[in-house]
Amino acid sequence: MTVTAATPGESPASPAAASDGAPPGGPQAKGRRKPKPKRSRAQRLRRDLFLIGLMLPGVIYFVVFHYGALFGNMIAFKDYVTFIGVWDSAWVGVDNFTVLLADPDFWNAAGNTVTIAVLQLAFFFPAPLALALLLNSLVGDKIRRFVQSVVYLPHFISWVIVVALFNQVLGDVGVLNGILDDNGLSTIDIIGNADAYKPLVIAQVIWKEAGWGTIIFLAALANVDEQLYEASAIDGAGWWRRLWHVTLPAIRPVIVLLLILRLGDILTVGFEQFFLQRDTVGPEVGEVLDTFIYWSGIQDGHFGVAAAAGLMKGVLGVALIYAANKISHRLGEQGVYR
Amino acid sequence: MASKINRPLWMGRPRWYTRLAKAIALTIVVGLVVFPFWTIVATSVASPNEVIENGGWVVWPTTLDFSAYTSIFKGDVITRALLISAGVTILGTATSLVATIALAYALARPGVFGGKPVLLLVLFTFLFPPAMIPSFLVVKELGLLNSFPALVLPVLINVFNLVIMRGFFQGVPTELIEAARLDGAGEFRILTRVVLPLSKSIVAVVGLFYAVSYWNAFFNAVLYMDAYNYPVQAVLRQYVTQGASLTDIGNAEASILNSPQSVKMAVVVIATLPIILVYPFVQRFFVKGVLTGAIKS
Repeated sequence: MTVTAATPGESPASPAAASDGAPPGGPQAKGRRKPKPKRSRAQRLRRDLFLIGLMLPGVIYFVVFHYGALFGNMIAFKDYVTFIGVWDSAWVGVDNFTVLLADPDFWNAAGNTVTIAVLQLAFFFPAPLALALLLNSLVGDKIRRFVQSVVYLPHFISWVIVVALFNQVLGDVGVLNGILDDNGLSTIDIIGNADAYKPLVIAQVIWKEAGWGTIIFLAALANVDEQLYEASAIDGAGWWRRLWHVTLPAIRPVIVLLLILRLGDILTVGFEQFFLQRDTVGPEVGEVLDTFIYWSGIQDGHFGVAAAAGLMKGVLGVALIYAANKISHRLGEQGVYR
Repeated sequence: MASKINRPLWMGRPRWYTRLAKAIALTIVVGLVVFPFWTIVATSVASPNEVIENGGWVVWPTTLDFSAYTSIFKGDVITRALLISAGVTILGTATSLVATIALAYALARPGVFGGKPVLLLVLFTFLFPPAMIPSFLVVKELGLLNSFPALVLPVLINVFNLVIMRGFFQGVPTELIEAARLDGAGEFRILTRVVLPLSKSIVAVVGLFYAVSYWNAFFNAVLYMDAYNYPVQAVLRQYVTQGASLTDIGNAEASILNSPQSVKMAVVVIATLPIILVYPFVQRFFVKGVLTGAIKS
């Protein structure tokens, strides 16, 4: 595994080409480590033509589809009319935001999003950790690898199929209710039941992602100093005390890091899953921010208002990451960045 | 020797009840993952009558009946959707790989002209991933609506994959590149003859990440394409999760010949199959890739 910091300011500027002539620009130190003669801009340009050519498609992609979209956020301040186009639609200031903030459907979606995010944090976040501790306690290589292979698989299954699987097992004509019915028990109404919707979506995300989430915890667990376990075992610490005093403190930075990333992303609970199932329970229960943006923007044609919602969500997301990172520094942790 | 046991000395032999509890927990976990797959496969290969009699599902089919599959391939909706999916996955993965390799390689070379601003330009997109409405407008303004490039171009390069790949390229010893240059190799030869052969594993990992995401994508199709041009996952959504019957999407003969449930499940199986087939071989590469990426980002 190659682990090199990807910080942009760090790449030492060492002109690697040896084929072209001596630099006329005078021997001038550039780069901190290897002082090498600096080439003129034009020379570097000529030398790197091929590499620049390699960069070009990627740069065009990022400019068009990322920065173009970023720029397209301006319709949040416009009264976008499809046949007039992005450019010629009239500026309306913050009207779209006023409309948005007065819309009860928006607040309903925001409320659902935060509720689901909190439920995810409470039930989905610890699931991979628990599973990783269980896997880590297995000493037989073969069993462990087999279980790992099985639990990673759902991560690669699309949400469409996950929802189809859950319907087939838990739906009103599904396996569970079929078995209950055959045995004369009363059936449970899960799919399409508004009260069961939130537990259902949490169960789905645990089923799909908990196994994959163990990877990072398992890597952290493998790095815990063996001697600590040995010493604590000699001191008579049992399984529980070793977990509490050795394992968890050792992997705390990883837990905090993942928690920060999750907190910063709390306005995003996963679009596809909710897009697929919103209509089974209706918007009052099933609408989250991302689906709100889709239905009000693409479906109802309120592009400006939907873009305003998206922009607010994006800006709040960045602010949340920043805040969570600050808090983690206060608590003496590494955080995501310094 | 069935299995390698490496229990450290300090860890005593677990009690029987600990072992039993662990065994039960693991069986439940594995069962929860495997059972849904099992029942869709079982339902898809059961005879239609059995599925109807049993109320829509089968766990252990008494007879094997592949009529659900033959009827799917007789109708053209799923066949067309599968071809579209396969085409988008293959062409998309190839295009994405080429673009990612090219940009990652250029950015991995120290002191390349314009390297730093481009890297900043790319990393900044981590903060503001493109939002749905503006992305839709970009695709629309480019005139790409209902064209297949709309399924590839907006997701051409994944920043995460780019960062993994750049990190790997940076690990290629500079001495090798210098030596090749002294031997008279140009930049293109260095990339294709020196760097890429050393990077097969990372190219495989990133390629598979792309392939899985192209195969599984459905929402971009819903957003950008007409229903006639849907890939298989989007078609699957239409009538597995939205309950549209096969007749609604124009596959009349299939709905007459079969109980819809076994056909639905057969479509689910077909849409899952490519992933399940390649998964055992590539699983450990995925893990390696995600760890490299996690440490770097």
